[in-house]
Amino acid sequence: MSAFPSAPLVALDTLWLQVAGTLCNLRCTHCFISCSPDNHAHGMMDRAAVARVLQEAEALGVREYYFTGGDPFLNREIFELAADALARGPLSILTNGVLLKPEWCARLRELSDASPYSLDLRVSIDGWDAATSDAIRGEGTFERILWGIGNLARAGLNPVVTVTEACAGAGSVAGRTRLLSFLTSIGLARPRLKVMPLLRLGVEAQRSRAYGPAETLRGVSLTAAEADVLQCSSSRTVTSRGVFVCPILLDAPAARMADTLSGSLRPFELRYPSCHTCHVEGLTCRT
Amino acid sequence: MPDLTPARPREEDHGTLRRVALLGGIYSNYLALDAALAVARAREVDAVYALGDFGAFGPHPDRTVERLRDGGVACIQGNYEESLAAGAGDCHCGYTDPRDNHFAQISYDYTRENTSAEHKAWMGTLPGHVRLRVGGSRLLLCHGSPRRINEFLWRTTTPDAFIRRTLAEFATDVVVCTHTGLHWMRFPEPGRGVLNVGALGRPANDGRTHVWCAIVEDHGGVLRAEHVPVPYDHERLAREMTAEGLPAEFVETVRTGWWTTCLEILPAKERAAGRF
Ligand code: SF4
Ligand code: SF4
Ligand SMILES: [Fe+2]
Repeated sequence: MSAFPSAPLVALDTLWLQVAGTLCNLRCTHCFISCSPDNHAHGMMDRAAVARVLQEAEALGVREYYFTGGDPFLNREIFELAADALARGPLSILTNGVLLKPEWCARLRELSDASPYSLDLRVSIDGWDAATSDAIRGEGTFERILWGIGNLARAGLNPVVTVTEACAGAGSVAGRTRLLSFLTSIGLARPRLKVMPLLRLGVEAQRSRAYGPAETLRGVSLTAAEADVLQCSSSRTVTSRGVFVCPILLDAPAARMADTLSGSLRPFELRYPSCHTCHVEGLTCRT
Repeated sequence: MPDLTPARPREEDHGTLRRVALLGGIYSNYLALDAALAVARAREVDAVYALGDFGAFGPHPDRTVERLRDGGVACIQGNYEESLAAGAGDCHCGYTDPRDNHFAQISYDYTRENTSAEHKAWMGTLPGHVRLRVGGSRLLLCHGSPRRINEFLWRTTTPDAFIRRTLAEFATDVVVCTHTGLHWMRFPEPGRGVLNVGALGRPANDGRTHVWCAIVEDHGGVLRAEHVPVPYDHERLAREMTAEGLPAEFVETVRTGWWTTCLEILPAKERAAGRF
């Protein structure tokens, strides 16, 4: 039986914080960590918990922060958390956008202006029309997401829009062109777009398909350059339950590496099918 | 178990200097290079360093390389030199968006076709790092970042904590770099920080047509760093680029001072500061 390769932690550059745990106001059918209003697998992180992590991250020289969930805007302290992160480095907040009312976008703009570092808002849609996107994200969500995107743009925060390949053809040249012109049509003068492959985990495994037995890295040996591009060689993810190897494997018990960041700075054995996606499709959750 | 530690580039130690001029990406802008060398002479520097990316974007890449080699400029390899010397098919600029890569490929193909084999071989002999001492500070000159030739060190995504870690990891006080095309510096502690010297190759996306270099000097035993604006005959460069069939988008940048291409890689704040 041949072994799985390991990814060394080359440098802790990127820190993901699951500030809303697995709690989400939506219940998307492609969510690889099955977030929903009632998934309490990972809980909300409060300001003190986040501050402890940020302090340790700063001492370790982390370069950038990402807030995710679930939806980070369900966290009542989200603006304080964002200010705490932006005092230390650039921050990206991943959101479904449906809660982004104008007053909140204005507050985000103030936080951005007050920091020497960049603040990015990243909003996910799943197609260029309500029919495609709502089928995945829920009835009426497309319009609501576009409202949030528009509010960000009006506050002068040009969001990064992500689309997964659940939107058929999104990654092709034609698909990208169509998405970019759609984003221009809704008022994003300089559309920023990231197309992401699907991870056949969580509820997505039922929507499309689960991973097949051949989709693993068993017996594969990675070069330094190949290991270097995997996000687990340069990041860790912190949730209410501890430090995990990456933002993808939150349901895998062995992916929980330690209680603290400094305890998690060791190689990780890539024995999950999603590791195959990362390696073969070059997936990174970073912008 | 394969060795997965990243390799470090070849490094040279050039000892202690009093005042040096530092040139970022030239991108074939040999007219701005001439202007910067005049600035360096006027400032009576001990040495001039070019931090890589001699080609790209502009016309007649060999004119830049000839001036560097004949003018006694100490050169460091950038991602362009690494790629050209290795015969690579693209510039390894580190862009991720297809819109950026589209224009990067046009630049690279033109530069590769118009750079002599002898110059390409010379590029392969250049060091990746040079160490200096100026004003009591240890300087590490590199292209992108000390650890990666094509890492972008932008002002708004390079926090103090990361600067401190990098300085400790590479046993230096100041990292001197380019690659982003935008100049900035931040010193979390006196004499310790990052100096991105910007680029001679294209203006700094601020609506002004001049370009930038940097000068560091020993100021009474303390390091002093400054960015220096470099005006040059940008209309002539624009005409030559048009004559060479380079994209109208590039020419517009030279004429207006606003970036029109390779914009997706910019962090949010740097992007918001430009026109496009
Ligand atoms: S995909 Fe995003 S918005 Fe949808 S349920 Fe998961 S976390 Fe929530
Ligand atoms: S899923 Fe991807 S990021 Fe996570 S451990 Fe596997 S290879 Fe690394
Ligand atoms: Fe470069």
